[in-house]
Amino acid sequence: MKPNKFRFSALTIRLLLIFLTVLCAVPFVVVFINSTHSSLDIIKQFNILPGDSLGENYQTMQSLVDIWRGFVNSVVITVPYTLLTGYFGAMIAYGFAKYRFRFKNVLYAIVLVSMMIPSQLSIIGFYRLCLNLKMTNSYLPFIIPGIANATTVFFLRGMIEQSISDSMIEAPRIEGCSEFGIFNRIVLPCIMPGVATMCIFNFVASWNAYMGPLIILQRKELYTMPVMISMIKGLYVTNYGAMYLAVAISVIPIMIVFAIFSRYIIDGLTTGSEK
Amino acid sequence: MQAAPEMQAPRKRKSRLDRGWHGYLFIAPFFVVFLIFGLYPIISTFQLSLQKWDGMMPAIQIGLRNYARIFGDQVFYLSLWNTIRIWFGNAIPQFGMALVLTAIFTFFRVRGKNFYRAVFYLPNLITATSVGLLFNLLLEGDHSPINQLLVTLGVSGAPISFFMNKTLTSGLVSFVQWWMWFGYTTVIILAGTTTVDKSLYEAAMVDGASKSQTFWKITIPLIQPTLVYLAITSFIGGMQLFDVPLTLSNNLGDPGKAVLTVSMYLYNQGFKNFNYGYSATISCVLFLFIAVMSGFAYKAMRRKDGMYKL
Repeated sequence: MKPNKFRFSALTIRLLLIFLTVLCAVPFVVVFINSTHSSLDIIKQFNILPGDSLGENYQTMQSLVDIWRGFVNSVVITVPYTLLTGYFGAMIAYGFAKYRFRFKNVLYAIVLVSMMIPSQLSIIGFYRLCLNLKMTNSYLPFIIPGIANATTVFFLRGMIEQSISDSMIEAPRIEGCSEFGIFNRIVLPCIMPGVATMCIFNFVASWNAYMGPLIILQRKELYTMPVMISMIKGLYVTNYGAMYLAVAISVIPIMIVFAIFSRYIIDGLTTGSEK
Repeated sequence: MQAAPEMQAPRKRKSRLDRGWHGYLFIAPFFVVFLIFGLYPIISTFQLSLQKWDGMMPAIQIGLRNYARIFGDQVFYLSLWNTIRIWFGNAIPQFGMALVLTAIFTFFRVRGKNFYRAVFYLPNLITATSVGLLFNLLLEGDHSPINQLLVTLGVSGAPISFFMNKTLTSGLVSFVQWWMWFGYTTVIILAGTTTVDKSLYEAAMVDGASKSQTFWKITIPLIQPTLVYLAITSFIGGMQLFDVPLTLSNNLGDPGKAVLTVSMYLYNQGFKNFNYGYSATISCVLFLFIAVMSGFAYKAMRRKDGMYKL
């Protein structure tokens, strides 16, 4: 390979990576900067530096829609959902990994198939179910399914089979520890890193869920963040500053989660796909 | 059920075999919840596809009339075409870019690989409705930030009315989808390449293969299972596209239904027009379409190289 050809391609590579980085970051930067500018400033020029209208934008935003209400609603759904996926995901995975029983392979095949089903396509049936159970305007239809998260089961089963030896289970069993106690006190703490990784993914998925809450929640005060965001264009009309601020607020929690856990998230993604 | 293993217990060694019923106990929550919130809605959707139901009055059985209707429904065909076109428009550049980045990270020592990986992946985590609205704010109107930038740069034709032109709007939905997903695809493909034995590359290099030859002849075939997996999951997700076109444009997929996807159409039929039965029929037909197409795609992509089992 000729040296100057290599240098040229190294430069091209560097430029491409920088270009993509800018492309990924700039939309967020513009949103954050514009959320501090008045609507007039925003339509007058392309703002590069932060402005001083954050307070006004905040008041306009809150006078039309209570964004924090949506924030709290999303937390109220997402946190219990995430905890259920982690705890029950581990428990179900443990059942499949360490016990032998009849029809195990068939039952596990059901878990795998349920992972492939495009759930959005049964949304009408889901709506009818919630009507029948009188669960419209309730958060339960979004929280309870956390118990049956197939991806978490799949991921954690592999982890338990690799990292928990049979002797780790049999020793406390001889000591007289209950099966349930073994799971809670020995298995669960051992696979906590994997549980945490799956919880991060499930947190993000639940936080971002849109179609389900849009259909089931009919009372405005119950709206989650994504539902609220999808409606503000019609409500704020030309209050651009307030709209940018609302988008910024909806984006920040995920950015914080990612800033703290990006390592785990990417590692989780990577190990999950290697299986 | 609980008594039987206890009676046998003293005879056998205390092993996991004896605790079988505990296994059922541990996995039971999954099946209880899946039956109610997973399987029942599927069955109910299929039942509804044979009914007429407005959400208030009791449903009426109408046989296959909804299916007869969907065959002649031009809007359904249009929405299906839109969905497929938007998916192709983002999947091809998405896989192309991911493969280019994979080649770069495999064959060149690039500093900050983890940083780039994280930055490219970030858009995938952000709420899709926020992403749609964000790009709408950046693009829509003569005074939008993008138009101001284009005017400043002296681009001819600026300011551009992005959402007045069908092709442009459809292209923008594809672009936003690409923006959200190329990082994810890159991370997964890169993970696939870590399983490739490094000595294979060295052997190829010693034999005088160029970097591009090594990439096409060694890397790509060896990561084929990963590519098949990604292509199929991307297709399944792409066929259900909903949040981005809805927030980037509006719930009608304007201009002129250019970005009305099947999911948007079934949502409108159900929850705007209260034709829940017909809406369920659209779901069933789309489900069948996804199942058949992914089946074909899986077979076609597997047949090319039977050596590498998924």
